[in-house]
Amino acid sequence: MGPLVPDIVSPNLNYIVALIIGIFFGAILEQAGFSTSKKLVGLFYGYDFTVLRVFFTAGLVAMVGLLAFDHYGLIDMSLVYINPTFLWSAIIGGLIMGLGFVIGGFCPGTSVCAAAIGKIDAMIFIIGAFIGVLIFAEGYPLFEGLYKAANLGNPQIFQTLGISQGLFAFIMVIIALFAFYITNIIENKVNKIDQPAIKTTPYFTSVLVIGVILGFMSFGFSDRKADLLKLIEDKNYVMSAFGEHNCTDTTNSSAMICPDEFALCLLKIEECNRMQIFDFRSPEERKALPLPKSTPMTLDDLFAKEPNKLLTILHRENIFVANDELTERKMAIIATKLGYKRIKILKGGLEGFKKEILEYKPIDNPQTIAERDRNKFRLYAQTKIPEILKKYKPAENTKSDKPKRVLGGC
Amino acid sequence: MEETKYMNPYIAGVLLGLLLLATIYITGRGLGASGAIKSGTIAVVQSIAPEHTQKAKFYREYSQEHQGSPLMNWLVFEVVGVVIGAFLSGLVSNRLALKFEKGPRTTTKIRIAGALIGGILWGIGSQLGRGCTSGAALSGLAVMSTGGIITMFAIFAGAYMFAYFFRKMWI
Repeated sequence: MGPLVPDIVSPNLNYIVALIIGIFFGAILEQAGFSTSKKLVGLFYGYDFTVLRVFFTAGLVAMVGLLAFDHYGLIDMSLVYINPTFLWSAIIGGLIMGLGFVIGGFCPGTSVCAAAIGKIDAMIFIIGAFIGVLIFAEGYPLFEGLYKAANLGNPQIFQTLGISQGLFAFIMVIIALFAFYITNIIENKVNKIDQPAIKTTPYFTSVLVIGVILGFMSFGFSDRKADLLKLIEDKNYVMSAFGEHNCTDTTNSSAMICPDEFALCLLKIEECNRMQIFDFRSPEERKALPLPKSTPMTLDDLFAKEPNKLLTILHRENIFVANDELTERKMAIIATKLGYKRIKILKGGLEGFKKEILEYKPIDNPQTIAERDRNKFRLYAQTKIPEILKKYKPAENTKSDKPKRVLGGC
Repeated sequence: MEETKYMNPYIAGVLLGLLLLATIYITGRGLGASGAIKSGTIAVVQSIAPEHTQKAKFYREYSQEHQGSPLMNWLVFEVVGVVIGAFLSGLVSNRLALKFEKGPRTTTKIRIAGALIGGILWGIGSQLGRGCTSGAALSGLAVMSTGGIITMFAIFAGAYMFAYFFRKMWI
């Protein structure tokens, strides 16, 4: 699961990756014609809309691609750098950059490209950019108020607008296709070329095909999390989807474990390596009845990269526990749908476990051997398990550090 | 030899989009440019006036967030790559030449001043906006960041707003 940094690609190797990515970045920008200021500012005077075409196409390909990666669980979006939103500095900084664009004829990335192939004006621009950063750095006390005002966190646009991410991507694709069409007309008019805006050349067909594909793809890649959350809203489905186990026969092949089996695991917690307990309760509930060697989990964790390494350890049964069986079922269904195997749930939840084992009332006058055994085992577990739980109590607070988002941006 | 024609913008766009996607998949972050200029500036100031960088707030905040030399930075390596990539591309397409470009109706002096002032404005603006066309606008659009998309619209709105006043520099 991506991002590959820092697990698969080490931070040092990442510098080499940066260099290689940069080489491609520079080559693509130069090949697209971004190494001359005349072509770049054409966007603002109507004679050359190359920048708009390249920029929009690139942004949308990457956007829809990310939707697809997220949909198939290839990337953990909670680890991806989402540019923070500081409302006023974003607007005012953007306007200053826009002014700089029409005066200077470049933006920083394109100026580096242009300088690399020998454009002297671009080299002067870069010197200016260094001076600009220096002015900002030295005048930081003046800018700081504006720089840090209206911090809205790291929202994504579809959250801000309250629509689905697929719909937003689709709207952007439509806007882009429309903009490509209009700018063709404008470009022809400004350059006094008498041509229809759309022709049946491979050039135009390819644009249309890419646009249509992108547009439909953006709907195909629905938000996986939202889909799964919807699925578990149906209580009948949740109760029927994860099998049933009556806990009377001893051959337990279903996806459930019985309170007695769970008690046995707790009693022999040191040897009980074949089971991993994932605890879906709230921190307060965990404190009240801590489970030894358990991993605290939340719904969000199931979709994240780090906790999932635990879920994929081979030869281990993953026991999902929560207070009630319904929550356990929901989480287990989501985990199964996400492709995790060997998921089991505790029958009756921890509430049931408490009632059946910890607060067990022995059967008076046990008739059968089974009943007698049960009395014996459960009364033993009743006294022993609380001792074990007490012994493990301090270990409960060691929740591993969450992996941090990488720092990004400019 | 004749310069080769530029690439079809839509194909270039798709390639750039795939590169951006790969970048985010591998590193968890998008492309950028102005961050490297920031790192470069800080490195220069650190070597010239180390005492100053320990006092002034901007540099202190930077070194709190970044360990080690400011040049050991992802974006610095990436921009070095951009120089190499653009150079190779220019070499292949016969576009390598020391050249000073300006609009047809403007003087060299005005173009020099324009390039310098434009650069200064980008330096300030990209710090304020936390990124430039690559880091805030393009990468921000790809990850659907609200802030990045606002910056993107502001850059283009600003450029169109002011374009009329500077038309003599270009057309």
